[in-house]
Amino acid sequence: MDLHYTPEHEMVRKMVRDFAEQEIAPTIKEHDREQSFDRGLLNKMAEQGLLGICLPVKYGGAGMDYIALGIACEELERVDTSARVILSVHVGLNSMTLLQWATEEQKERYLVPQAMGERIATYGLTEPNAGSDVAGLQTTARRDGDRYILNGEKMWISLADVADQFLIFAYTDKAAKHRGISAFIVEREFPGVETGTIHGKLGVRAGNSGSISLQDVAVPVANRLGEEGEGFKIAMSALDNGRYTVAWGSVGLIRACIEASVRYANERHTFGVPIGEHQLVQQMIAQMVQRRDIGELLCLKAGWLKNEGRRNTRETSMAKWYCCDAAFDSAADAVQVHGAYGYSDEYDVERYLRNSKGAVIYEGSREIHTIMQAQYALGYREDRPLRCEMPAYDLDEWEAEA
Amino acid sequence: MLTALGGDQIARMSAVHVRRKNLHAIVCIKSVPDTTEVRFNPETNTLMRDEVESIINPFDTYAIEEALRLKEAHGGKVTVLTMGPPKAEKELREAVAMGCDEAIFLSAREFAGSDTWATAYTLAQAIRRIGAYDIIFCGKQAMDGDTGQVGPGVANQLEIPQLTYVFKVREIDLEGRSIQVERLLEEGREVVETRLPALLTVVKDINQPRYPTFRGIRTARRLEIPVWGAAEIEAAPQYLGLDGSPTQVIRVFTPPKREGRVEMIDGDSVDAMADALADRLLGDKVV
Ligand SMILES: Cc1cc2nc3c(=O)[nH]c(=O)nc-3n(C[C@H](O)[C@H](O)[C@H](O)COP(=O)(O)OP(=O)(O)OC[C@H]3O[C@@H](n4cnc5c(N)ncnc54)[C@H](O)[C@@H]3O)c2cc1C
Ligand SMILES: Cc1cc2nc3c(=O)[nH]c(=O)nc-3n(C[C@H](O)[C@H](O)[C@H](O)COP(=O)(O)OP(=O)(O)OC[C@H]3O[C@@H](n4cnc5c(N)ncnc54)[C@H](O)[C@@H]3O)c2cc1C
Repeated sequence: MDLHYTPEHEMVRKMVRDFAEQEIAPTIKEHDREQSFDRGLLNKMAEQGLLGICLPVKYGGAGMDYIALGIACEELERVDTSARVILSVHVGLNSMTLLQWATEEQKERYLVPQAMGERIATYGLTEPNAGSDVAGLQTTARRDGDRYILNGEKMWISLADVADQFLIFAYTDKAAKHRGISAFIVEREFPGVETGTIHGKLGVRAGNSGSISLQDVAVPVANRLGEEGEGFKIAMSALDNGRYTVAWGSVGLIRACIEASVRYANERHTFGVPIGEHQLVQQMIAQMVQRRDIGELLCLKAGWLKNEGRRNTRETSMAKWYCCDAAFDSAADAVQVHGAYGYSDEYDVERYLRNSKGAVIYEGSREIHTIMQAQYALGYREDRPLRCEMPAYDLDEWEAEA
Repeated sequence: MLTALGGDQIARMSAVHVRRKNLHAIVCIKSVPDTTEVRFNPETNTLMRDEVESIINPFDTYAIEEALRLKEAHGGKVTVLTMGPPKAEKELREAVAMGCDEAIFLSAREFAGSDTWATAYTLAQAIRRIGAYDIIFCGKQAMDGDTGQVGPGVANQLEIPQLTYVFKVREIDLEGRSIQVERLLEEGREVVETRLPALLTVVKDINQPRYPTFRGIRTARRLEIPVWGAAEIEAAPQYLGLDGSPTQVIRVFTPPKREGRVEMIDGDSVDAMADALADRLLGDKVV
């Protein structure tokens, strides 16, 4: 096993770090305070090729591997969670799912413009009355000739108000429980699609979250992703990629906590010494470093499995669970290191704390991952092969022009 | 008479007519320690250089950007050149990721310990080997060595004009072989013109360097970068490295901080305080 980053990984890291520091950092406080989404940033990310980072060049992507995707998430979230969320939903939950499950025609029509950043995409699973319990969703899709008629309400969807196309999960056969769920590619332009914005979030306030209302939306059969009844499996496989980006992002948030805390601990004096010399402050910083290192290793392992084309549901769940808790704990400690100043938005750490809480809830709450890990250990759960597996990263194939 | 000409000949003739002169720019970059990551050893008052990541000398990123802009405007290519230890190859690949087309790496034991003169000689020899060019770009100075001598040194060795502290390239005429630039001076700007080929050193405000692109990263991954030593550039051994350097850097250190003392001057009015200050300055022979 190889744990070193390639020169290309280093170049991606530097590129995204410079990008985040120059394009996001200067205005992030303002956007966060005003709860405004920076549409211009999305365009810049598209121009930079970030919206197709780990997709093959022939589909309009940048041809990098899954570790490069992780590094980009880490560097974006080091500056702000809202920027990483864009990669999580557009690339992780949607585009990679198309790469795995879509037909060639669907890839041409939907994946290519997404990879090129011309069309923005998101993932609509959660509903007002169904989050962790996916089988509880109420959206329906009724077959009507060569189309489906979709009705329902989606809630808490990142980029709901911004995205051009949505991956929507709905029941085609309610009686079949989770085997009756199907997945659909829905365009914003389809009549009957409306979106709304959620304000007043605790964190990720510079990010867009909202609702999607579907009223008698006619969706061509050609827009069904996978077979009828495959929706649950598709939703779960999408989470294998979304969770991966969230885990890496959390490592970036821990990194930001360390940088802020180390800086402050060297500046601030109490009892005649810099607070960094107090052992209890050292303990907080040491634990952040410990969490960063463990988190990075868990992410690297999941990324390596992805590059190899091996199933990684358990490892990705572990990375996501650990890293998100670790980021929240680190942000809480970073505020503590800053004392009262950490409690004010003069410093960034209060934003890190508010942002980090979301990831303990979305993409599988802390409790869901705890249960998953126990189920694997107890032998209650195993992963069976899928009809369409996520393709292994192949350098030549990924870099080949169309 | 068109019929008398073969296909090749027509192609060649029209090539002569249609061909615009393409630009060839060479950018000299230096690999320097990333000072944002440099740690200071407070006991010895020295920089702890081991473990520190190297980066492209920040001024040289402006040089790269300016060369790329000229290439985009005029067509042609940009060759990037560095002399440095093996790990400096990374910086060349980064320049390629930004859009440079070719890279040459000067790396050999005999180059170690070069001062600014030997560096300029070595770079100039390499540029002679590279062949025809229109412009050589350098940064204003390097973050570490900080002398600002290498650019002018290279121009001198190659016996071409030098334009230093360039703030703006106003005009470039590849056919008429001339270039006009604005130089940033302490007292203001100066517009100067010279013939091509010329060497330019650029200041920070000339442009905003672009980010590397993924396409560039893919090109950088595959590009074969030639490594040249003394033999490849036909250099005279007595002018190379430590032995070829008139200047020897014996020690690099940070001078101890000067301890200042603050004294407040009190008085009833501004005039009275100013008088008191003037008396003190005259008394201490400062003025
Ligand atoms: C900022 C943000 C962005 C989001 N973006 C998206 C998006 O883009 N797309 C999308 O589809 N969704 C998105 N979500 C929704 C998110 O995935 C859900 O909130 C999450 O799945 C949890 O569902 P819920 O909120 O309905 O909580 P519930 O499922 O109602 O859970 C409530 C509480 O009960 C616990 N719980 C539930 N079941 C169990 C159990 N079996 N055992 C023990 N404890 C349990 C949970 O852990 C939680 O603490 C987003 C949410 C947020 C906050
Ligand atoms: C702290 C320190 C102090 C030094 N002091 C001296 C000194 O006083 N006198 C002396 O002769 N040497 C000195 N040196 C050695 C000096 O760094 C080398 O000679 C070096 O090769 C070039 O000088 P510079 O760093 O001053 O570059 P500068 O002359 O400041 O660089 C100007 C431009 O020249 C180009 N360039 C410089 N070096 C290279 C390179 N290796 N490859 C390609 N392009 C390059 C770049 O475009 C750069 O922006 C010093 C070195 C250090 C680390």
